[in-house]
Amino acid sequence: MRLWTLIRKELFERPVPMLTCLVAIVLGVTALVAIRTVTYFSELAVAREMDALGANVLILPKGVTVQDYYAADLHGEKLPEEYVQRVALSKLQGVDNLSPKLCVPTTLNGRPVTLTGILPKSEFQAKVAWGGAGIFSHPIGCGTQAGLPTTPPDPKTLARKRVIETLGPREALVGSDVAQQHAIAQGDSIELLGDRFTVLAILPATGTIDDSRIFAHLHAVQELSGQGEVVNVIEIVGCCKQIAAGLVNGLNQLLPEARIITITQVVQTQQNVNRLMERLSLVFLAVLLAVGGAAMFSTLYGNVSERKKEIGTLMALGATPTLVLGLIVGKALVLGTAGGILGFALGSVSAWWLGPLLANVAVQPLPWLGALALGLAVTVTFLASLIPAWRAARLDPCVCFKEV
Amino acid sequence: MLRLENVSKVYGRGGQTVVALQPTTLHLAAGEYVAVVGPSGSGKSTLLTVLGGMLAPTTGQVFFGGQSLYDLALAKRAALRGKQVGFVFQTFNLISYLSALENVQMPLFLAGLSPRVQRERALAVLDRVGLADRIHHKPSELSVGQQQRVALARTLANDPALILADEPTGNLDPRTREQVLDLFDQFHAEGRTIITVTHDPQAARRANRILCLEAGTVTEFRDPARVMHVA
Repeated sequence: MRLWTLIRKELFERPVPMLTCLVAIVLGVTALVAIRTVTYFSELAVAREMDALGANVLILPKGVTVQDYYAADLHGEKLPEEYVQRVALSKLQGVDNLSPKLCVPTTLNGRPVTLTGILPKSEFQAKVAWGGAGIFSHPIGCGTQAGLPTTPPDPKTLARKRVIETLGPREALVGSDVAQQHAIAQGDSIELLGDRFTVLAILPATGTIDDSRIFAHLHAVQELSGQGEVVNVIEIVGCCKQIAAGLVNGLNQLLPEARIITITQVVQTQQNVNRLMERLSLVFLAVLLAVGGAAMFSTLYGNVSERKKEIGTLMALGATPTLVLGLIVGKALVLGTAGGILGFALGSVSAWWLGPLLANVAVQPLPWLGALALGLAVTVTFLASLIPAWRAARLDPCVCFKEV
Repeated sequence: MLRLENVSKVYGRGGQTVVALQPTTLHLAAGEYVAVVGPSGSGKSTLLTVLGGMLAPTTGQVFFGGQSLYDLALAKRAALRGKQVGFVFQTFNLISYLSALENVQMPLFLAGLSPRVQRERALAVLDRVGLADRIHHKPSELSVGQQQRVALARTLANDPALILADEPTGNLDPRTREQVLDLFDQFHAEGRTIITVTHDPQAARRANRILCLEAGTVTEFRDPARVMHVA
């Protein structure tokens, strides 16, 4: 005979209240696990989509407003290039990549064209001080992670990612419309601002203003246009989570002379979805606490009333109040553990089924959520058992005697 | 073995006080077989629970082997009860979901003995009360007499020096009652102290000392011939 034997046998002696209680806990945990699992994978999917979108924060001169995200650099006003360094050296979390730009109107074969100076990513990585700031070394779950093996850099990624890995001082990337108009092919040599540039790649069509642009190294554009170390815009690839968590505020504090703009609607949508899901999780957590806790409390309270004579007898036989307390709390912990495990299993299966249906995402069980669900179920049942257990431990053992 | 010094018990219920036990001074020697008789509501159960260390008196002290029972911490008092006191209940108070063997193991488990020792000793006492072939039966699968014998085996499991019995023959048929009273005689012959609360004059007459409780007052019963009337 052990305490566990006593708890186990008593549980099976009264299976109906036990099952009712267990079902309440299982349902609460299931709902919590299912909604949290779907939310988690939905957040990941949105984050991936945000990352795929490319730059999502713009640093502009103070007086500039943006009507067209893709033409945000066509305003003629300038920012010091030193701002790029300021951002790079800051400890701001969530800046996954930087892309300063300077747009200069020029001509190609007698036709007007916009030459945009861009700074390739290799420029940042080459600077020891900037590297020390670790700006591209935070593996924060979105965007490019420096140092990790990746596919060979493709200059054409500029069209989608708005960031390029390497670009020589006299190399150019040509938008698809310009290439078509001037019959330019990869490897051709073109003259811009009085100097020769080799065409590194023809960018795929994007349907944006970028199709009618030519991109060259920022410092080459600055030098040839004689504009000095200035840019029109600094595009930032920011992690959506950090944008929501205060990246924009951080940038505003860092660069008070500049204007910081995010793709507000997109970030806002993401924030709203996340907030909704978080609230739903909290609602289900409250349901778990209320339903599971109440079921456990009432079951155990009734159980103690029903077992008064038995508990009194145990006390007469030498049971201490601590043992009686352990008997009731132990029962609650057994139910809490079973409810947590079953609820996690059922919740994970529900999420696996509901994820593609509700959020169009594939999901898999999250072990950390299992630990959380188990911890919560056990905590709730433990707390719900305290009053009944205390009542049992304080029971008057005289109840085991029949009044004569 | 047991000494009560000016022990009283007063209950407060609904703003009123009920005196269950008037101030009582009593000495119960080791090896005595004492029957407590009296009408319903006279305070017999209160006296039994006070003697068993389960109900603190309102006044006075209860000494068990020279030790003031209610000066002991709750856990120590429970341990002493588990090792030295055995209870017999009118309705047996067997745990319905445990087998006869497990019921008898219970006080041994509460005394902290290993499962192996629990089993060995439980089997031995069940054999003694003639239930070696019923060890895996649950109380509901046993006759009333067998249930009381399992309860007696449970009482004996820890080899208690003191047995406190609450109407041990109250629910039994005459034949089983005789068997149980014979067992009590055996326990007494082994040197145990027995205090039994009873309505049964024949059971009371088996004792070598009879106490009468009326309206919370304990008196020595000097005339065994009148037991039938008082009980």
